[in-house]
Amino acid sequence: MGEALLTQKLVGDRLELVAGGSWTAPYAGELETEIDRVAGGPSGAKSTKTTDVSIDMGGVRELDTFGAWLLERLTRQWTGAGRDAVVVGLPQHGADLVEEMHGVNREPPPPAPRHNPIVSVLAAIGRGTTGFAGSFHTFAQMLGETGLAAARVLVRPSEYRLTSTVHQFDRVALQAVPIIALITFLIGAILAQQGIFHFRKFGAELYAVDLVGILVLREIGVLIVAIMVAGRSGSSYTAELGSMKMREEIDALRTMGFDPVEVLVLPRIIVLVLALPALTFLGSMAALYGGGIVAWLYGGMSPDIYIARLTDAISLTHFKVGMIKAPFMGLVIGLVACAEGLRVKGSAESLGIQTTKSVVESIFMVIVLDGLFAIFFASIGM
Amino acid sequence: MSETPPVIKVRDLVVGFGTQTVLDHLDMDVRPSEILGVVGASGAGKSVLLRTIIGLIPRREGSIEVLGKDLDRVDENERRALERRWGVLFQQGALFSSLTVKQNVQFPMRENLDISQRLMDEMAYAKLELVGLSPRDGEKFPSELSGGMTKRVALARALALDPEIVFLDEPTSGLDPISAGDFDELIRTLQQTLEITVFMVTHDLESLYNACDRIAVLADGKVAAEGTISVMLESQHPWVKMYFQGKRGSSLADRELTQ
Repeated sequence: MGEALLTQKLVGDRLELVAGGSWTAPYAGELETEIDRVAGGPSGAKSTKTTDVSIDMGGVRELDTFGAWLLERLTRQWTGAGRDAVVVGLPQHGADLVEEMHGVNREPPPPAPRHNPIVSVLAAIGRGTTGFAGSFHTFAQMLGETGLAAARVLVRPSEYRLTSTVHQFDRVALQAVPIIALITFLIGAILAQQGIFHFRKFGAELYAVDLVGILVLREIGVLIVAIMVAGRSGSSYTAELGSMKMREEIDALRTMGFDPVEVLVLPRIIVLVLALPALTFLGSMAALYGGGIVAWLYGGMSPDIYIARLTDAISLTHFKVGMIKAPFMGLVIGLVACAEGLRVKGSAESLGIQTTKSVVESIFMVIVLDGLFAIFFASIGM
Repeated sequence: MSETPPVIKVRDLVVGFGTQTVLDHLDMDVRPSEILGVVGASGAGKSVLLRTIIGLIPRREGSIEVLGKDLDRVDENERRALERRWGVLFQQGALFSSLTVKQNVQFPMRENLDISQRLMDEMAYAKLELVGLSPRDGEKFPSELSGGMTKRVALARALALDPEIVFLDEPTSGLDPISAGDFDELIRTLQQTLEITVFMVTHDLESLYNACDRIAVLADGKVAAEGTISVMLESQHPWVKMYFQGKRGSSLADRELTQ
């Protein structure tokens, strides 16, 4: 440890180096500085005074590839400057190692790829744009393929994968019930509290019930549920299909004559189309329930009054508006999730990227779709 | 030879999952600077043994000593220091898919050593050349590599810190016979120049003949037979007999013996 790794002595115009200690990986950092100091020093490889160098390796206790390479680098600096470099005292094992290192790093390392900053910014913008267009393209493609698979299944219903559908329904719908009920219950409660708090200022607390009822049934219920499902099930679809793609399971299916869209994608999308209305109904009820509890405990409104006011304020139309939107949102989430899953490439990083994209895109699409539906319902007077 | 203390000493090892016992009171020694080939039927627990020694699978009973240290009695720091002294080549390569080949090889160096980027680059290229790759392959990503190249890069990464022991999990599986033969030779050469101990799990009869000094056969959760290839050929254990004197084994044996 305390031993000097390299000591130098000038004998005439000959530089004598004596090596010692461990020339191994843990000391490689130290050793490299020593070697650079000797080679670049006043009597180093580039100086005009000294001609030759001799290195006595007899005192070295351990030598590994790190040490052997650094020794090789040292001698190369001398021979490169046209001088003589002699290594003495190497044990047999060390000599083999140095011999092995003699051949390496002969060709200059491949130049690091250089990037013009302006070009790379432009390239990034271009790639982003085509990527954005590409996602719409894959979305449309997935929609078409799923439609085709659905048509095939309609013709031959016996080929539909019922077991897989039931299994997925359990995961996507039934197992989501507790968390969705809890979240929508809390949202309903918060809406009611905010409504009562602000409407109280002009004595219109009763209208808080209208606020909760209409908002929950038309918008909030379905939106919260869709966003929850996109985060919960959409991401898992993408990750599942993506890792199946990475492990060539999708290719295996294809070679056995199965259409991956029919086997994997269609059941998942159908499940989402069925699950979203069910979860939306449940979520809306939980939200109205939460609103009622807050109206009672915080607003001092008895449950009877809350229900009476609610039946006045809302109509079946509001309920229908929310429920009609739900299956379409399920379809969009499923399509985006499966399309992104099948776009995963070889690396773990790409799985992460596609999963993020899947969640972000499906939430974005859900909100865009909600806006389109708002325009549609307004124009038909619902 | 047998007087020197073993590099890996496994005593009375029991490993199981649930109700199933995979390794049942297994004893094994790996001697310094030897290439030990571990064979056995699929599911005999070869990979389990390897993963238990490197600490990826918990054991129920028994002790494992690596480089003279009992794995139960080392603290966090000692364990890390010990892990630096071995390298592992996983069956599928287990390269980090988001790093280039060069970065994969440099990863252990970057984490464990305090050396300059220049030396790290030179060492990475040196290791790549040692395993028979060109520096130009350094910029590739693992998904762009063929099966044989993946194994070579994984070996270069396993050798990054100049370990004293290298664990190889089926290094030649999935390679064509010529590449597999090259790989055996490579392991042999590296073992001789770098004086490492190699613990190799394999199915490849050729590897056993060409690369291994000693062979251990796992059967029924124990080491059923142990020794050089000639010991194996004379063994009376039914599985060993079938393995080495079966159709594939005996034709190889004939060829090796006539050479």
